[in-house]
Amino acid sequence: MKKLSFTILISLAICAAVVTLAQPRAVTTPGNTIAITNARIVTVSGATHEKGTIVIRDGKIIAVGPTAPVPTGAKIIPGAGLTVYPGMIDTYTTLGLTEVDAVNATVDTTELGDYNANMKALTAVQPNSELIPVARSNGVTTVLTCPQGGVISGQCAFINLDGWTQEQMKLVAPGALHLVYPRVGFGGRGGGFGGGGNLNSPSEAAKQARDRKVEDLKKKLEAAQEYLKAKAAAANDKTIPVRPVDLGLEALAPFLNGQAPVLIAASGKAEIEGALALADQFKLKLVLYGAESALQVADKIKAKNVPIVLPAVLDLPDKEDSPYDEAFARAAEFHKAGLKVCFSSSDSASDVRLLPYHAGTAAAFGLPKEEALKGVTLYPAQIFGLDKLVGSLETGKIANVVVTDGDLLEHRTRIKYLIINGKLVELANKHTRLYERHKDRQ
Amino acid sequence: MKKVSVLLFTISLLALTGFAQDREVLIKNATIMTAAKGTIEGGSILIRNGKIVAVDKADKVTASASAKVIDGTGMYVTPGFVDAHSHTALDSVNEGSLSVTAMVKMRDVVNNTDINIYRQLAGGMTTIHQLHGSANAIGGQNNVIKLKWGKPVEEMFLAEAPRTVKFALGENPKRSNFSVPGMARRFPATRMGVEETIREAFTQGREYTAKWDAYEAAKAKGENPLPPRKDLKLEAMADILKGKIDIHAHCYRADEIMMLLRLTEEFGIRVRTLQHTLEGYKVSPEIAKHGASASILPDWWAYKMEAYDAIPFNAAVMTDHGIVVSIHSDSNEHARRFYQEAGKMLKYGNLTEEQALQLVTLNPAKQIRLDNRIGSIEVGKDGDLAIFNGHPFSVYAHPVMTLIEGEVYFDRKQDIERRALLAKEKKDLIEKEKKANVPTQPVQSSPTFIPTLSEEELDDHLHHGKTKKP
Repeated sequence: MKKLSFTILISLAICAAVVTLAQPRAVTTPGNTIAITNARIVTVSGATHEKGTIVIRDGKIIAVGPTAPVPTGAKIIPGAGLTVYPGMIDTYTTLGLTEVDAVNATVDTTELGDYNANMKALTAVQPNSELIPVARSNGVTTVLTCPQGGVISGQCAFINLDGWTQEQMKLVAPGALHLVYPRVGFGGRGGGFGGGGNLNSPSEAAKQARDRKVEDLKKKLEAAQEYLKAKAAAANDKTIPVRPVDLGLEALAPFLNGQAPVLIAASGKAEIEGALALADQFKLKLVLYGAESALQVADKIKAKNVPIVLPAVLDLPDKEDSPYDEAFARAAEFHKAGLKVCFSSSDSASDVRLLPYHAGTAAAFGLPKEEALKGVTLYPAQIFGLDKLVGSLETGKIANVVVTDGDLLEHRTRIKYLIINGKLVELANKHTRLYERHKDRQ
Repeated sequence: MKKVSVLLFTISLLALTGFAQDREVLIKNATIMTAAKGTIEGGSILIRNGKIVAVDKADKVTASASAKVIDGTGMYVTPGFVDAHSHTALDSVNEGSLSVTAMVKMRDVVNNTDINIYRQLAGGMTTIHQLHGSANAIGGQNNVIKLKWGKPVEEMFLAEAPRTVKFALGENPKRSNFSVPGMARRFPATRMGVEETIREAFTQGREYTAKWDAYEAAKAKGENPLPPRKDLKLEAMADILKGKIDIHAHCYRADEIMMLLRLTEEFGIRVRTLQHTLEGYKVSPEIAKHGASASILPDWWAYKMEAYDAIPFNAAVMTDHGIVVSIHSDSNEHARRFYQEAGKMLKYGNLTEEQALQLVTLNPAKQIRLDNRIGSIEVGKDGDLAIFNGHPFSVYAHPVMTLIEGEVYFDRKQDIERRALLAKEKKDLIEKEKKANVPTQPVQSSPTFIPTLSEEELDDHLHHGKTKKP
């Protein structure tokens, strides 16, 4: 008993330490109108206005342009010398699902088992995470937060980085189903524990294990198809017995009818081809994650219009003899090959704020600058079917807006104002609070 | 004998070529960020026999007719970067089986074929401080190399490099986030235990010195004493206490930083450099008073509990308090883009461009006591330079050339030209292998590896992608 209460005490202490006073505070009420005037406005989807105005009301952009009229009573943000961008969108992270990677009690990324189609990221999003205000204060307003592990990892959620509750944060959920295409385990790669795998040719046993997993996955999806067919049949015909509810299969419905995208992690040629075939067979709305070997299958990917979410650009080359700038230049190579790509921070949730530098570095290594900017704004929205909601500064879109003192992707640029869902959001975060508290310490 | 004659031959060759004619390199008409004396627009740098002999406006620098000329028009030049905390080009990093391993030396495990040397050259890095890992409270002795890719290990060493040793505090030495399979838990398991481990090692080192001093004194008096037993670990501890070996201590939290400052002061010595120092900003006055410098991870945070209070303003706050601050990599990935890491620091606090540049050049050089040779573009220093196609702190720029002692070790143009050749060579080799018709060999079972922990596993921060679960 004593032990138990001690454990509870410790847990409480950790909770208190982890979840402190990071609540975002809305400076205006949703009904208010905001106008940013005389600013450089980069709409991304259309022309850049060197001197223009953007007007926001009830959470939406209601006017944008060189001569947009400012409604009376609007809160005016003088934008001279500043630049207005749409908020950035990070299309692969675990933000909200994890606080401190090494502290298990704060990590809700990975459920047990291989098939978790009914696990919903939104459920585990912690609105009070200290990581969220840090991420948004660098201009990221929306992320796709993704469950991890297994073969079907679960349902990712698009969340805006402001809100008291998960519902307030939710943009679109499910944003995608996350699936990891089974691959051959080589053994010994990447880990620091050595291990005895042969790096060049995987063993027969390893190949067979992969094939079995692929078969299992197909069976699972077929079972879901049958289940949904039987369910529909039973709904139409009372004489057909109703099957017991299977939540795991039920959860696959929106993805098997192509309503929501399926984000499949696939690196090698074999996995990419496997993912393409899977998408064909089950009519999936496929988005590839990773796709490092995409150039080897570029024609097929292009023919099927499959877009790619790039993992961290700031990454090491894959092989010892790969070009040193392999990951830096990948976006440019894909772009040249006619593939559609967007960026993600893809590493630990605390690094979401680095998203602009992934895109910027891709531009340093050959991607046109406009493409880099689109890759963190408009393209993510288009790829995941959110382009009526976010991704550019257009009338009618949700007002996720960033006001900067310079180029959005540059290291030294500072964010001056941040608007999410039409509300001005505080830029203060755990870092600025600790800075203010200690900087002049005697 | 054979070796000696080869050496003599080499020396005579050098004498013939080297002394007969000066080796000159001129970088002409570039923006030069000296990291010590401001920025020179339209400037030139002349390097003679590996040393910088002139840095000035382009019209004031003239080279001999035989000088190799690099046109720097539109380019930016910075000093080659210095990494005060690297684990690159090492065959092993942690001798973690004991809590004190001051006797082991990283110099013995340098791997000059590590491809990361080249990758880092491509990011402008020229000198690295190769540290022992953080698995134990007192680790091994560190090493410094210049990234002279393709050269023998001996040519990478710096004769002037100081002796340094790795200490480690907090979660790693107390093994909070991992266990080694098949290995029993070992002392220490708390921050209390870490302090006492270090205090005990200091105490033993002091006694060891006393024993040898007594022996020498007796000998001097003409007595015939028995010498004490030689102990390589305690010899290193004794040298630390005599100030002959600098302490570079891995640390995160403010409390453990304070512990080490107090403990070293108790033994009459100082910490040379605090490594990582994520909560350094909380105790800047104390660090400044002690006289320690700080090498930091610029903006990593929240990957483990002791990193939860890390802030990107750390560099600015400590710099404002007069502490010599450097940014380090602790990672083969981050070490390739120090220019970006420094650039980010302009956003957090009020550092000037030169101060930001010093974080990755002059300041780390000071921390490893090599600022008389490297770390800035000044006359008399080594010709270690990185040349960029734009402002190094712009996300849209990257290095195009890296020189060490006037010799080009990375040239992006050449790198790109060589790619097709390398691809062809690889293809040819694979074809040759296929045609060789080698009889099928029986499958051999894999050798048994003794588990070792990488620094990334210790830190529970798997850098970008590679080992990340998808």
